[in-house]
Amino acid sequence: MNFSGQIWKYGDDINTDVIFPGKYTYTLRDPKEMSKHALEDLDPEFASNVQIGDIIFAGKNFGNGSSREQAVVCLKAAGVSAVIAVSFARIWYRNAINNGLAAIICPEAVKAAVHGKHAQVNIEDQTINIQDVIYSFPPFSETATEILNHGSLIGFIQNKLSGIDASKPTS
Amino acid sequence: MSMQTFAQKALARAAGLQNVSIGSTVDARPDRILSHDNTAAISTIFNQFGLENVLQPEKVVVTLDHAAPPPTPIHARNHAEIRKFVARHNIEHFFEIGRGICHQVISEEALILPGQLIIGADSHTTHFGWLGAFGAGVGRTEIAALWATGELWMRVPNSISVKLTGQLNSSVTTKDLCLHLIGQVSSDGGLYASIEFSGESISDLSIDSRTVIPNMMAELGAKNAYLPPDKLVFEWLANKLKHSLSVEAISKLAIYPDEGATYSEMIEIDLGKLEPQVSVPHQVDNVQPISVVAGKPVDQVFIGTCTNGRLEDISIAAEILRGQKIAAGTRMIIIPASSQVLHSAVDLGYISILLEAGATLGTPGCGPCMGNHLGVPAAGETCLSTGNRNFRGRMGEPDAEIYLASPAVAAATALIGAITDPRSLELS
Repeated sequence: MNFSGQIWKYGDDINTDVIFPGKYTYTLRDPKEMSKHALEDLDPEFASNVQIGDIIFAGKNFGNGSSREQAVVCLKAAGVSAVIAVSFARIWYRNAINNGLAAIICPEAVKAAVHGKHAQVNIEDQTINIQDVIYSFPPFSETATEILNHGSLIGFIQNKLSGIDASKPTS
Repeated sequence: MSMQTFAQKALARAAGLQNVSIGSTVDARPDRILSHDNTAAISTIFNQFGLENVLQPEKVVVTLDHAAPPPTPIHARNHAEIRKFVARHNIEHFFEIGRGICHQVISEEALILPGQLIIGADSHTTHFGWLGAFGAGVGRTEIAALWATGELWMRVPNSISVKLTGQLNSSVTTKDLCLHLIGQVSSDGGLYASIEFSGESISDLSIDSRTVIPNMMAELGAKNAYLPPDKLVFEWLANKLKHSLSVEAISKLAIYPDEGATYSEMIEIDLGKLEPQVSVPHQVDNVQPISVVAGKPVDQVFIGTCTNGRLEDISIAAEILRGQKIAAGTRMIIIPASSQVLHSAVDLGYISILLEAGATLGTPGCGPCMGNHLGVPAAGETCLSTGNRNFRGRMGEPDAEIYLASPAVAAATALIGAITDPRSLELS
């Protein structure tokens, strides 16, 4: 899996209230509608300008606060291909993996990332390319890899329930 | 076998294993699965699994609290869908609008006991550490997965030890303890960790005071938090269970960490040295001693939430406002955490005192904490809340300022119309 897109760079402690305000939590169900409010209270320019494939770079503790899964879904629906941070809040991280959104810990790449420039991510090679400098990130855990291989936790559970593990190569 | 933390023991129990090591991943089977107004959205995920029934409906608890009673037809439709879902799946532990906030209601109904595991689609599920249970929050898809399979992968967290010594001074509460700790170690100071409290000071604290502590540890990024349960907790739960389970039987469920267990960090806090604290906009860990922010004019004071909407909190406010009037130009909203809290507050005369002082009352539930209804501030306004988060836009308006503090600070602030140290009222 490879991603390529523009860098949106933010600071530390980007919380779920600014990613997806609580006032919309019980009124919006359509991911596309959610995406219109992505990062609304942090960066009003984001939702209308983000392109498919774009990558968010952020400081420590990205996604702290509420358990609301919309804080992942709205970014994914907006076209974000990966979030690269110094560290992630635990529920946001689980929600990202469970929705098949790559949440990558790579402080060096965050340091190098410049807002508005481009970056490429190669999931298999565990590398991030920013202006031809390569940064490596650690592998996902076994469980996270399994979920990502199924596309999402929904896919993972569907396979578990049907007793067929489609993630394993058949040959 | 090496010495074990609470988290190791509780997750080993929930995974049906003899012992588990820190950092390992286990498949845990929670005793309770919690959701609230998000239940309708979770049910649409659950339906994608193509299952006829929820696997263990007796483990599922659903409360309507986050936008209750519903402020708009869309919220009302959401509740209607949830009622249909719980009826369809025979979910007996369903609590209607006005019963209260999920964490308070589940505590009052004694639906979770010491040593047990509860997973909730709510970040403040850390709450249940007050009674010695393991509580952790997750997202919606994981609750749907739990309804389907009954199990969830969990990493056994490292534990941070927080030893409490000394006694709280007058007008200082466990909310001040929490804000102090969060300010010291910052909002990711407990990331992924189990925050395990110890110390003889805990036995001096009332149930309501204890409850605040694990609830607020969500703001440290913690996975769960834990207070060692004692006789007071066992008796409280036995009383709530109407004696269907004895104090002794409940006490046998309790899990305590081993002496010499492995902690990634050791913190010690002398409660006697604490003073009132205030968290200032727009980060919970932006904590100042009250002297720094005293005098800041406030438009609205809100006493409520799963953090500080209990009887003791309301009694503190009533004590400060007895026979007094809140300041002109400042409004005060009281939202009890549950119907039982409201009932007791009425019986004990606290509600009359607060109404006479000029406060107004909302339906038990989450209130304006997350910006849905019942007291959302306007742009440019300042709200002092006893809640747990002050992020930009948290209460619905990005251009409002939210300060977090204890109920004592909240009541003193309502009385004066500006942030006020409650100890200054004792002197006058």
